[in-house]
Amino acid sequence: MTGFLPKSRKARRRLYLIAAIAPVLALAAGLTLWGLRDSISFFYTPSQAAAAKPPAGRSIQLGGLVKPGSVHKSPDGRVEFVVSDSTASDKVVYQGDLPDLFREGQGIVATGAYRDDGVFQAKQVLAKHDERYMPRDLEKALKAQGEWRGDGATPSYGKAAAPRTGDQSGDL
Amino acid sequence: MTAEIGAFALALALAFSMAQAGLSAAGRWRRSAALAAAGEGASLVAFLGVAVAFAALMAAFVTSDFSVANVAANSHTEKPLLYRVAGTWGSHEGSMLLWCLALTGFGAAVAWLGRDLPAGLRAVTVATQGVLGTVFLAYTVFASNPLARLAQPPVEGRSLNPLLQDPALAFHPPFLYAGYVGFSVVFSFAVAALVEGRVDAAWARWVRPWTLAAWSFLTIGITLGAFWAYYELGWGGWWFWDPVENASFMPWLVAAALLHSAIVTEKRGALAGWTVFLALAAFTFSMLGAFLVRSGVLTSVHAFAVDPTRGVLLLIILGVTAGSGFALFAWRAPTFARGGVFAPVSRESALVLNNVLLAAATATVLLGTLFPLIREAATGESISVGPPYFNLTFTPLMAALLILLPAGPLLGWKRGDALGVMQRLGLAAILALLVGALAFGLISPRHAWGSAGLALGMWLIAGVFAELAERTRAFRAPGAESWRRLTGLPRGAWGMTLAHLGLGVFVLGACFETTWKAEAAEALPVGGGLDVGGYHLLVERIGGVDGPNYEAERALIRVTRGGREICTAQPERRFYPAGGQTTSEVSICTRGLSHLYIVLGERRGPADAPVWLVRAYWNPLALLIFLGPAIMALGGAVSLSDRRLRLAVGRKRREAQG
Repeated sequence: MTGFLPKSRKARRRLYLIAAIAPVLALAAGLTLWGLRDSISFFYTPSQAAAAKPPAGRSIQLGGLVKPGSVHKSPDGRVEFVVSDSTASDKVVYQGDLPDLFREGQGIVATGAYRDDGVFQAKQVLAKHDERYMPRDLEKALKAQGEWRGDGATPSYGKAAAPRTGDQSGDL
Repeated sequence: MTAEIGAFALALALAFSMAQAGLSAAGRWRRSAALAAAGEGASLVAFLGVAVAFAALMAAFVTSDFSVANVAANSHTEKPLLYRVAGTWGSHEGSMLLWCLALTGFGAAVAWLGRDLPAGLRAVTVATQGVLGTVFLAYTVFASNPLARLAQPPVEGRSLNPLLQDPALAFHPPFLYAGYVGFSVVFSFAVAALVEGRVDAAWARWVRPWTLAAWSFLTIGITLGAFWAYYELGWGGWWFWDPVENASFMPWLVAAALLHSAIVTEKRGALAGWTVFLALAAFTFSMLGAFLVRSGVLTSVHAFAVDPTRGVLLLIILGVTAGSGFALFAWRAPTFARGGVFAPVSRESALVLNNVLLAAATATVLLGTLFPLIREAATGESISVGPPYFNLTFTPLMAALLILLPAGPLLGWKRGDALGVMQRLGLAAILALLVGALAFGLISPRHAWGSAGLALGMWLIAGVFAELAERTRAFRAPGAESWRRLTGLPRGAWGMTLAHLGLGVFVLGACFETTWKAEAAEALPVGGGLDVGGYHLLVERIGGVDGPNYEAERALIRVTRGGREICTAQPERRFYPAGGQTTSEVSICTRGLSHLYIVLGERRGPADAPVWLVRAYWNPLALLIFLGPAIMALGGAVSLSDRRLRLAVGRKRREAQG
């Protein structure tokens, strides 16, 4: 056995070091590649989702504006609403507490998956918690579509501004 | 007037930081003790200047001086005093000032506590600290002045986000920043070592207490943040693998690696280059965190004080400081002397493996945090990397680390006895497997991974006691001798024992809570009931309450178990008129180490028969999740109080707290 090892102590130590590091690096790299292939979720607006057609059950983030008049809250905690961008819209169902600043006409991002019937089942809904805050992906997508209403769009709840913390509300 | 004095003091601090850098560097260059001493004096003045500016800003917040732009944007007359004080660091500008306060404070501390350091090393360290102070103070003065006045002051301020009006969060930033910025000292020491071209046991011994202090502060800061997220956000979760959380976690991981590699450098003179590299990396990750949190490049739950233009400036600062540090490293590190030789099975090897695993774990977190940016730049697609990625990559690496951990302290330096260590850990292994098997067999629903996690936690805790027994020769020597050995253990050893114990406690709590938590949510009218985790919740009444700066709906919920009353919970839903925001005030019934966590949600249904969404979580052993890191931080503090370092510690604490 010792015959295979390099004679010099320094070289031997280097060999041991590589023998210790290599498997850990291989493990880390393998897990990372696997994780980045399977565990990331894409961000779509309804029209992007229509084009990309994510398979039912695949976790994605769906962003858009809550269509005015589309929100139905049931007493059992179930909520249905329609998220739309300029060209497409999707029905979203969600069970639980909505973010405190969930409003019709406002930008939201829902995390969840499409069901087989094409309805989006949300596990979590994020809304602008602050009128100056807009989820960045949503802001970009809306700007690209010309739907962006600018930073100054005054929401219905008055002009008092919140500080700069964009917070998430919603359920996990 | 106060604000002007503060602004002037801040500008003065900038000038003195520059003087500190220049004088100390000249002192090293010319080998002049007088110049170096002048540099140290300048570091103290710079700290005093920032302290005056900070006090001025705090005074403006306390007296609600809305002519100061920052106060008008973040404070409100109706806010309680504690949150007016905490408002000082609640905004981007104020928190940068806190960063500078900590930075100059640590600079002054290292100048005045480092009297036993060699003159050259001390001068370069102080000079580097001066350069860092100059950079960040210049940023604060020119790009984010916290004391800027408004031409037309408003009558009322815009208030601090109500979610941030919380005791845990009021103290979270000072601890976090003391941790983040504490690594600047380590960075400066590394630069000094590279300039002087010498890394030896003495250098490692000087670096260790600073790393330990900063790491302990960061541990407390992260834990307070997690605790705040746990009970204030009302989702029952405490860690979300959010970019902002990762930003604070990466320096923590690197510092943990540094603490361990510095031991090898101190005791055996080996790993010198790697230790210096980690010392540079710790503060680099701190700065990266500051950039990620403030620039808004990543979508985050806790996006804080987002400002893209300032983000670019912070990125430049990060690139220049870290870039020069690592360039210096690449140039000088190859000249370091090789340290002692060690066998494949030895304490050194165990610590190397610890570092390899911690570094790999940090790399996976870094990649996961930055991957959305990379992906977007490459393909234009927006994606997010969430908990599934981190569970898949980070957790196995950590598990491997934790399995090996108890063996490390039992191995001898240079050449360890693998068989002997296995014998000594036999009992711990049996205990761990027993706990795992019992958990798998008894707790329903059955959960293999959760049970394995509990076994791992038990393995760590039992391993700590096995190590303690080994040190004191418990059960092998007479009791009196064991006792004498136990009381004679150095504080440093106790620190390690506590830190490892805390890690085990945390693993136990985290695995139990995430695996076996129960959740129930229902829309309830007054008089309605809900069952969760064997407890029955009955909504007795819901009424209005007026707070100092909010209006609330408060529920009175009676909790019973098997007909016996356990507690009454009073969760609230608060509305803050100043910001037009609503928050949930969670009510937690503590049952031993477990929590029954109750949230009052929004009101639904018709006005004559309203119902409220009530959510309840049964979080078993949740308290251990926060107790574990507290024990770890305590371990850090105990280790700092070791006789060798004791003199340095008390004063350092005061400086850091400023």
